[in-house]
Amino acid sequence: MMRTLLIRGMLVGLAAAALAYVVAWFLGEPQVALAISFEEAKAAASGEMHEHELVSRTVQETFGLITALVVYGVAFGGLFSIAFAFAHGRIGDFRPRTTAALVALVGFVVIYVVPFLKYPPNPPAVGSEDTIGSRTTLYVTMIVLSLFTTAVALYAGRRLAPRLGAWNAALVAVGVFAVIIGIIYVVMPTVNEVPADFSATVLWRFRLASLAIQLTVWGTLGLLFGGLTDRALGRRTAGAPAAVVGV
Amino acid sequence: MANVVVPSGKPVPLRIPVREIVPWAVFAAVLGLALLYFVGAEQGATSIISGSTVHEFVHDGRHLLGFPCH
Repeated sequence: MMRTLLIRGMLVGLAAAALAYVVAWFLGEPQVALAISFEEAKAAASGEMHEHELVSRTVQETFGLITALVVYGVAFGGLFSIAFAFAHGRIGDFRPRTTAALVALVGFVVIYVVPFLKYPPNPPAVGSEDTIGSRTTLYVTMIVLSLFTTAVALYAGRRLAPRLGAWNAALVAVGVFAVIIGIIYVVMPTVNEVPADFSATVLWRFRLASLAIQLTVWGTLGLLFGGLTDRALGRRTAGAPAAVVGV
Repeated sequence: MANVVVPSGKPVPLRIPVREIVPWAVFAAVLGLALLYFVGAEQGATSIISGSTVHEFVHDGRHLLGFPCH
């Protein structure tokens, strides 16, 4: 059972990466190109020599990007199937596709949206090379804290469910999550390294593109994995004894 | 009075035993994190392999997936 789910998760991750590449190509790459030309114009203005390209732009925006997306998609696809296995039948009496959609929604918000709102992604030319260490540490810390807060909220929700009912307990859990994340946002240091003359439009579109790419990845994981698992389990239960109802 | 057989609408929500999931979970977490590290942070904040070829190769993906980059 777990074997089937894990394989399905990784394959769906691959499909998610393929769709994400289409989104990245049409929405992300134009903004990356604009950011790089800004970077180059600035370097030229300050009289810097054009640095030798270690990896050409063509390779970066094709094989490089595809590799990154495939690794990301397959890794999260596998982890997603494990999270689904833990969640299914334990978070409520849901069909597989509902569990999958909920797990994907939680994954998207917890692993991407929450860190995104505090430390939004930046195009090339934004962000100093000297602070890459501290910025990476802050970003990873934010993801870990977000996961930890989810565990706290889940625990609270499960404890309250018998008393408040599933719906109200879930609302309280979301509330607990929002309050703790709000406090973490206030406590964590702010990072803003956007150059004053950097185009606000490029920055905004780049960040939206990043959001769209991640939404594609998590949306595919949730809906495609859910649909396939629903069908597979439905087929299995079709042969199971049906309920006999007296009329 | 007739007995009508109707399929029980919902599939029985099966629970995969935690014992069965844990080994897969540990393995996938370790492997997944290592892979994500190479996409998200290698030759940026920390370097296992010297140079910056890995960084430059996954450069666009790193920016667009939301990881900090220079």
